[in-house]
Amino acid sequence: MHTVVMTKGVPDFREGQVSFDEEGHLERGKTPTVMNPNDKHALRAAFQTKVRNGGHVSLMSMGPPGYKEVLQEGMRDVYADDLYLLSDREMGAADTWATAMTVATGLQNLDDRPDLVFAGFKTADGETGHTGPQTCWCLDWPMITHVLSLDIDEDAGTVRAKRLVDGDISEIETVEAPMPCFIVADPEFEPTYRKASHRLKHKDLREETQERAEEYEDHVTVWDHEDLNLDPDYIGLDGSPTIVSGVDPIPKAPSEREATMIEAGESEALEPVLDELTPYAAGD
Amino acid sequence: MTDGVEEYEAVVVGCGPGGAAAAATLARNGVETLVLERGVDAGSKNVSGGLIYAEESAPYTIDGLFPDFREEATERPVTENVIHNIAGDKVKSFDIGDLHHHDTAWADAVLRRKMDSWLAQQVHERTRETGGGLLTEVHVTGLLRERGEIVGVTTEELDPIRADLVVAADGVNSELARDAGLMDWEEPEEWFQGVKAVVDMEPEVINDRFDVAPDDGAAHLFSGDLFDGVRGGGFLYTNESSLSIGTVFHLDSIAEERAEPHELLDSLLTHPLMAQWLGDEYDEREYSAKLVPDSKKAAHPSPHEDRLVLVGDAAGQMQAQGPIIKGMNHAVTAGALAGEAFADARARGDTSQAGELYEKKLHDEGVMDKLRPTGYKVFGRLGEVGPVDDLSNAIAESAVGRFGVRAAAGLLERAYSSPRLVSMIPDTKLPYVTLPTVIAEELGEPVTDENTVSPPDLGDRIGGLTYDVGDPHIELLDKSFEASGTAVTACPVSAEDFGGGCYRDETVQTNGSQERLVSLDTQPCVECGTCAIVADTEWEHPAGGKGVEFNQG
Repeated sequence: MHTVVMTKGVPDFREGQVSFDEEGHLERGKTPTVMNPNDKHALRAAFQTKVRNGGHVSLMSMGPPGYKEVLQEGMRDVYADDLYLLSDREMGAADTWATAMTVATGLQNLDDRPDLVFAGFKTADGETGHTGPQTCWCLDWPMITHVLSLDIDEDAGTVRAKRLVDGDISEIETVEAPMPCFIVADPEFEPTYRKASHRLKHKDLREETQERAEEYEDHVTVWDHEDLNLDPDYIGLDGSPTIVSGVDPIPKAPSEREATMIEAGESEALEPVLDELTPYAAGD
Repeated sequence: MTDGVEEYEAVVVGCGPGGAAAAATLARNGVETLVLERGVDAGSKNVSGGLIYAEESAPYTIDGLFPDFREEATERPVTENVIHNIAGDKVKSFDIGDLHHHDTAWADAVLRRKMDSWLAQQVHERTRETGGGLLTEVHVTGLLRERGEIVGVTTEELDPIRADLVVAADGVNSELARDAGLMDWEEPEEWFQGVKAVVDMEPEVINDRFDVAPDDGAAHLFSGDLFDGVRGGGFLYTNESSLSIGTVFHLDSIAEERAEPHELLDSLLTHPLMAQWLGDEYDEREYSAKLVPDSKKAAHPSPHEDRLVLVGDAAGQMQAQGPIIKGMNHAVTAGALAGEAFADARARGDTSQAGELYEKKLHDEGVMDKLRPTGYKVFGRLGEVGPVDDLSNAIAESAVGRFGVRAAAGLLERAYSSPRLVSMIPDTKLPYVTLPTVIAEELGEPVTDENTVSPPDLGDRIGGLTYDVGDPHIELLDKSFEASGTAVTACPVSAEDFGGGCYRDETVQTNGSQERLVSLDTQPCVECGTCAIVADTEWEHPAGGKGVEFNQG
């Protein structure tokens, strides 16, 4: 088994980390880069594969040299045998299309063809959810999105998954696909470990991976466009057909609203509250 | 592995001292051993009063099995032992160091979260080398049977697991022992219930107030009239930077008197005698509770069935005779003997003999004699017969008895230090209440210190505990007050006129008539198991990692 997890660095949008200028534009320089939070779900799915089915796990990302630390962050969550960073000025400012072209080429450039590629639901910055499916389209593999749980039958060379139909929790279907296959893990993905031996291995790998993550640089391979034999006209900004015509900040909700304070201790004071709520209770 | 079912040579359920000792012994003998613990961490479900002993006569001790144990996992050694007889504000203290030192290589105070999680780490490393290992957050629910024979365990989180040996070290409320029909929750007379407060205190303050060196500690016991006639007593042990203060009572007495355990604990905490140690600032780190089997009645004489062996509390192996309270050391011995028995049986080529061998070792090594002493069988039981009990109490309280107490003060102190006499103590009011009260009245001096401690109320105590609430794990089968009303008072996290606890009683109007019912909210359950005995319930543990989590224990 060879499993690859795609991951991306994004601005840390958490309160206190993210920084915007006066016009509401993100200040990249002042905002730290972290691993895309949704990639955690892909990492959990890949870790389940490593524990239950063994084999080799690679982490791959595209971005500036500093993204090595994003790979390190990912490595803390999954036992990664090796890390790949696709990094080159020519790859910069790529849209999802150009990114998919680059990443798909990166996957094809691996010595050992992957059986499964995992991607997390959408990224926290672009939120398109396109890059995974587009990469899969480039590879011409089957793809299963919104995956909740996963079972691999190595002998049959198939993967069976439970997935949300249309991303809706009310409808779940089970599908099967031949490998190699592209898997997009849903935030609701739950790894299952029903064997004691799996849980023991999980424990071993978790301990080991923390140590390995400290020396992550020993495991990183960096590829530029020449390594991948990619024409600069088809990658990066030059290879991106998307044109962003403008960005409008979402207006903030007004922080002050009209409020009436009521002393909860006095039952008469609660009557107006009841009057207010009654229409809602009646379904009006 | 056959037919997809996982198989290990041995499965040990629970990683307290009994399970740890069993696992360590099995691992040392090269037995592939899987240890399953239901807490988020070993020790997170475990409570003890707090002293662990190493007996000179025991074939195994915890530090023998785990050499760094005392350095890494315990608090302070006990270097001072006193029992206080109390009547009102009068106190007569006896030094019971001789009793304590009898057959004792050492005794240390412990807090179970720290102790058990350290043990678990050692156990995991050792069992991992055998191809097994330790897993937390796995709730073993029962026994796996094939053609009626026990062949493994079932769990909530994992597929069934087969094993040649199943060690049930799953504590006082062992679901495996009950599944096998070896233990039950029927008779309140067979149990004690303890509650405990761990109280924060700087090490220097402890040294000063207890007049002990930094590496020494004290154990104080309390009995007399301060517990409203409920049969039992109190204890105080010094930890490195805290005190363990608790009370332990016969469960039948708690039930009969409809006593509130947390109030009995408060009676001890607020007694003037405690002022010298508690001072003005009282900071309770944790409130906890535990059911304790009375080995004299509950220790199973033949704790095995097919491939299953019971060790520790699961087998009722908890020795409580008057001032002697020893549980963990017996669990350690039993666990190691169970491991040894399996290794012996395996060497003989027939692992099915392990249970029989284990039973034989328990008897040959003198463990059963300590748990069920002959002196108690002969004399103690006699003292529990109604008319004898009444007569003894009457004599002790009479002028004749009082004269005897005054005349024989020195003799009494020696009697309290006699392991043989102590082993005969009957489970009656006489030794727990009447005699200590008379001793204090006749020989004691009044304590003049003012105790300013105001312990937290039950709501705050419950609020201070950590829960990860899963599905309700207790079902109340009979909601009538007659059948289950005792749960409201006896449950350590419930009380009459307190709505925030596990159990509460309420009067319900039905068609003009009134009915008194008990209702259950498992949210603040500390999983002590009291209600399984005093009320009509379907009781099981919560799922792995769920339920209460003790940080001190």
